[in-house]
Amino acid sequence: MAYSDKVVDHFNNPRNMGSFKKDEEGVGTGMVGAPECGDVMKLQIKVQNDMIVDAKFKTFGCGSAIASSSLATEWLKGKTIEEAQKIKNTDIVQELNLPPVKIHCSVLAEDAIKAALADYQKKADTK
Amino acid sequence: MKLPIFLDNHSTSPMDPRVLEAMLPYFVEKFGNAASRNHAFGWAAEEAVENARKQIAKLIKADSKEIVFTSGATESDNLAIKGVLEMYKEKGDHIITSSTEHRAVIDTAKALEAKGKATATYLPVDKYGMVNPEDVRKAITDKTVLISVMLANNEIGTINPVKEIGKIAKEKGILFHCDATQGVGKIPVDVQDMGIDLMSFSAHKIYGPKGVGALYVRKKNPRVRIAAQMDGGGHERGMRSGTLPVPLIVGFGKACELCDQEMATEAVRLAAMRDRLQAGIMKEIDEAYLNGHATQRLPHNLNISFAYVEGESLLMGMKDIALSSGSACTSATLEPSYVLRALGVGVELAHSSIRFGLGRFNTDEEIDYTIKKVIEIVTKLREMSPLYEMAKEGVDLKSVQWAAH
Repeated sequence: MAYSDKVVDHFNNPRNMGSFKKDEEGVGTGMVGAPECGDVMKLQIKVQNDMIVDAKFKTFGCGSAIASSSLATEWLKGKTIEEAQKIKNTDIVQELNLPPVKIHCSVLAEDAIKAALADYQKKADTK
Repeated sequence: MKLPIFLDNHSTSPMDPRVLEAMLPYFVEKFGNAASRNHAFGWAAEEAVENARKQIAKLIKADSKEIVFTSGATESDNLAIKGVLEMYKEKGDHIITSSTEHRAVIDTAKALEAKGKATATYLPVDKYGMVNPEDVRKAITDKTVLISVMLANNEIGTINPVKEIGKIAKEKGILFHCDATQGVGKIPVDVQDMGIDLMSFSAHKIYGPKGVGALYVRKKNPRVRIAAQMDGGGHERGMRSGTLPVPLIVGFGKACELCDQEMATEAVRLAAMRDRLQAGIMKEIDEAYLNGHATQRLPHNLNISFAYVEGESLLMGMKDIALSSGSACTSATLEPSYVLRALGVGVELAHSSIRFGLGRFNTDEEIDYTIKKVIEIVTKLREMSPLYEMAKEGVDLKSVQWAAH
């Protein structure tokens, strides 16, 4: 299978790869997928005044899964919580030119975004 | 050193230039049909085919009359299994095979089952991928007409105790078919000593051309009969109709002759390179697991699972080295390798496997480059892996509740 240039670029030069401390102030963590399925994504956001000021990812999975999560962190940075909620997997498919067999990678990335936002919200609510 | 490097010799192999040279006269100059009995063009073609038949038979210690040409090992497997089941249907309809066979065997058996033409037993293998001959014996019923067990596995390189299985088959009077596609030309094969009645193999795995293979069909003790699966001119003693592809057959013969002459030294050289590749990787990478048998394996095979990283991303990170993975993402079925699963390898490690297949034209320099690249990419992807991070933090990954998708 041939990869799109954008997938290759994100794979070779992943953006925002790494981790925040889970208990750090304003950090929301989303972990989705399962090792048996061949992909696990961890996506983290750092929020200040309702604005996502930083994002990081770590992904176990194929090149398209890595690229999808790398792209997601790029898009998340600078967005408000509300704007981030609107990121759709189809946007990722379009941007990365993912073939049909790789659409699940974009779905996983959207799930990871939603999970990170929910985790942040939960932490903010219980404070 | 030229990039990309080809380390996928279980899938196919580059043709040896000496093979090409032998084939060339048979395209334009000596183009005759080997079945044309009445003119010089036909005679020249027939002579070339019979010479190739001898070269091929010699490599597997058979008689040249026992070689039936086919389009490749997939056709040979189909012809052997369907041909025997059809021919001996009065005797029974049971076939014994194993769970790590190539799909040309497993899917042929399944197709016969689906049509109600056979019942099949798929024997398990041990954790090294080996069939236990005693399991074969226990699976035999009074309806069993065929045992089909491969010589060496295409993914993990494990070599089966074929001789023991052949002995049991003979003892019970059941025909024994062996898919030897990965073994012929790489390790010594003797159809007499191994008690094989039918054997599939092909040219393109042994530096010959694609599109030609053979089915060995025993002529004596016992005389094996198979029902043809294609109607036509009755070529190949009525077992496989169709005009013989003379240039391909000449190439197949030459490839077998070269293997016969060079196999012994080549196997030593390849095993040494393979062992160096394995040691070089294992020395630097922790939690890298060998799949298959440590010693009872093909000299040119190495299959390793790298925990916490996914196979397709490994291949993507080594795009100038041609390799293969058992990961679901690289398979047409979107399932991880059924061979590794049959060994009891966990699904996550099946996703993380890489198969290295060395060949005649690989060099030490290429192996050194590969070791370096593997270490680089595994290290890079582990840094990127949330699983590796969790494992290093002491989290037991098995205890985590994953949201399967």
